Amino acid sequence: MRELHDFPGGLRLEPRKEITDQKPSLLHPLPERMFLPLQQHIGLPAEPLVKPGDKVLKGQMVAQAGGYVSVPVHAGTSGKIIGLAEHPVPHPSLNQAPCIVLEPDGEDAWFDIRPTERYDTVEPRQLQTLIRDCGIAGLGGAGFPAHVKLMEGVDNAVDTLIINGVECEPHITCDARLIQEKASYVVSGARMIRHAVQAAHCVIAVEEDMPAAYEALAALVDDDLELVKVPVRYPAGGEKQLIKTLTGREVPSGGLPIHIGIVIHNVATAAAVFRAVTRGEPIVSRYVTVTGRVENPVNLQVLIGTPVKDCLKTCGYEHREENKVIIGGPMMGIRVTHLDMPVIKTTNCVIVEENAPLPPEMPCIRCGECAQVCPVELLPQVLHWQARAGDLEAAKEHHLFDCIECGCCAYVCPSRIPLVDDYRRAKWRIAQEEEQARGADLARTRFMRRNQRLEREQAADAASDAETERASPARADKKAYVHAAIARGKAKRQNRRAGAADRAEERTDD
Amino acid sequence: MSEPVAATLILCALAAALWRFGRDRAAAPGREAKIARIDALLPQTQCGECGYPGCRPYARAIVEQDAPLNLCPPGGDAVVARIGQLLGRSAHHHGAAPPFVSATALIDEENCIGCVKCVAACPVDAIIGAAGQLHGVAPQYCTGCGLCLPPCPVDCISMAPS
Repeated sequence: MRELHDFPGGLRLEPRKEITDQKPSLLHPLPERMFLPLQQHIGLPAEPLVKPGDKVLKGQMVAQAGGYVSVPVHAGTSGKIIGLAEHPVPHPSLNQAPCIVLEPDGEDAWFDIRPTERYDTVEPRQLQTLIRDCGIAGLGGAGFPAHVKLMEGVDNAVDTLIINGVECEPHITCDARLIQEKASYVVSGARMIRHAVQAAHCVIAVEEDMPAAYEALAALVDDDLELVKVPVRYPAGGEKQLIKTLTGREVPSGGLPIHIGIVIHNVATAAAVFRAVTRGEPIVSRYVTVTGRVENPVNLQVLIGTPVKDCLKTCGYEHREENKVIIGGPMMGIRVTHLDMPVIKTTNCVIVEENAPLPPEMPCIRCGECAQVCPVELLPQVLHWQARAGDLEAAKEHHLFDCIECGCCAYVCPSRIPLVDDYRRAKWRIAQEEEQARGADLARTRFMRRNQRLEREQAADAASDAETERASPARADKKAYVHAAIARGKAKRQNRRAGAADRAEERTDD
Repeated sequence: MSEPVAATLILCALAAALWRFGRDRAAAPGREAKIARIDALLPQTQCGECGYPGCRPYARAIVEQDAPLNLCPPGGDAVVARIGQLLGRSAHHHGAAPPFVSATALIDEENCIGCVKCVAACPVDAIIGAAGQLHGVAPQYCTGCGLCLPPCPVDCISMAPS
């Protein structure tokens, strides 16, 4: 039995999982129209491979990876591409982003996909390519391309592979449902990733209040995999918090789990790897919890690109003004106004809440509650003052970039200050300034090089003039004669112009 | 004046001269470092709006000629404040920097005659083209300084806000 450790801060929240975690998931019907954003992951956006009018099949790649830290996008069903346009997307700072618009033809015909022979005989690097080509970005929420994490695992010694099934935010049960319905996918996928990174240990972690999921996994794991229940406390499922709980080790500030020999993937990512390896199937759908003020709260298996509006309709909800819709959990989710925006690879939950007016924000009373609950042991109140004052350097020194935006500080704040919004804005401004500084450095180098080049050219010209003079005095004389003629011409023109101006002046005087 | 006093005075004068000589020698590299530090704060637009031919020349003018700190429109108030902080000079009495819209040059392909005048004017070599050929702006290098606009004989360059 693995000894569990404690992470600092955190909150005990009402889990509210019972609303959806025992109901079988529903298969969402084909939507009328699908919107596939080119950017559904961290990194560079994908580059479209199709143009309006093209016919595509289910699982066909419609946009390729735009770089190493990028993954492709696939068509969720067969149909016709009808556009490539800006469309609302679920993103904290962007309203719109380029999307491929697909009109399903209703046949749902699969593209020619092939399984890999046997995963345990395949080169880890080949497995990595396969995982990238199947468009797998972390399905837990951040959307980090899975092949990049995997590659770090291939290149470095991995002590522990963690498969994260700790769904710590209230309401969300999509991972719990996935484990209960597709436990074999998760376990097999975990074995495949373990083979790829050659991890010494592999741990699958779930929360204590997920007994059904635990049982489903327990029936399948052997001695090769460890199954662990972690105590219920938000944000126990955060990457760094879970690593601390399971291993007692801390990811260094600004570092990655691989720096301490750990690779961590979500359970849904493991299931997606299983599908990719055994069938060659790319990510075209995911589990989404739809809950809150809807008639039938339930988990849906939704094709990526399906509008949120359609998901809500399937659960018997028509949008009314007195409600608001949140994508993601109640702690970290973002409020959305355009219900046309699609479900993307990282969408785990849609919540409908009453649109109650927010209580007014009061000044910080320096109670220090926020510092008590911060799981990263930051000083949220200090960061708050620095962010508001625009003192970004100081905020950086106080480890602003270690903030995981879990929202614990804002949750306990008696003055109701939206602290996470401040941090997000400050991070965004710092990123922008750094980008400007990079541009300035480039311009400085180019300006300097150009000046050096001009100096070189001038020196070369002078040298060649001197050379001419030395080699043939006659030619030099001629050159001097031409220069003198040009100078005379210039002077003459100037005189004429001056004369014309004088005459004009005289005329006005008359 | 007694002799020992005169000797002491002469010694003092010598020591002061020596000290001053040493300081002046040390000051030259120190000054270059200061210019580089100011240059690092400037936005590197190389637009010449300050009246000096580029950002580094302006940095030099601030150090050597006591040029005002608020001559840089692309840098705006933020740059005025930062240079003021670096030099320990109050930036307040200079007033606000003039406004500046960040932009990227765009060449109208229909009208460009390929005269190469804009290519020669660009301070960061962001315009690509040869005589008689259509010219183009590499947007990743363009600083939006607008120095390519006046030399164009057919007015085919515009600044697109970015």
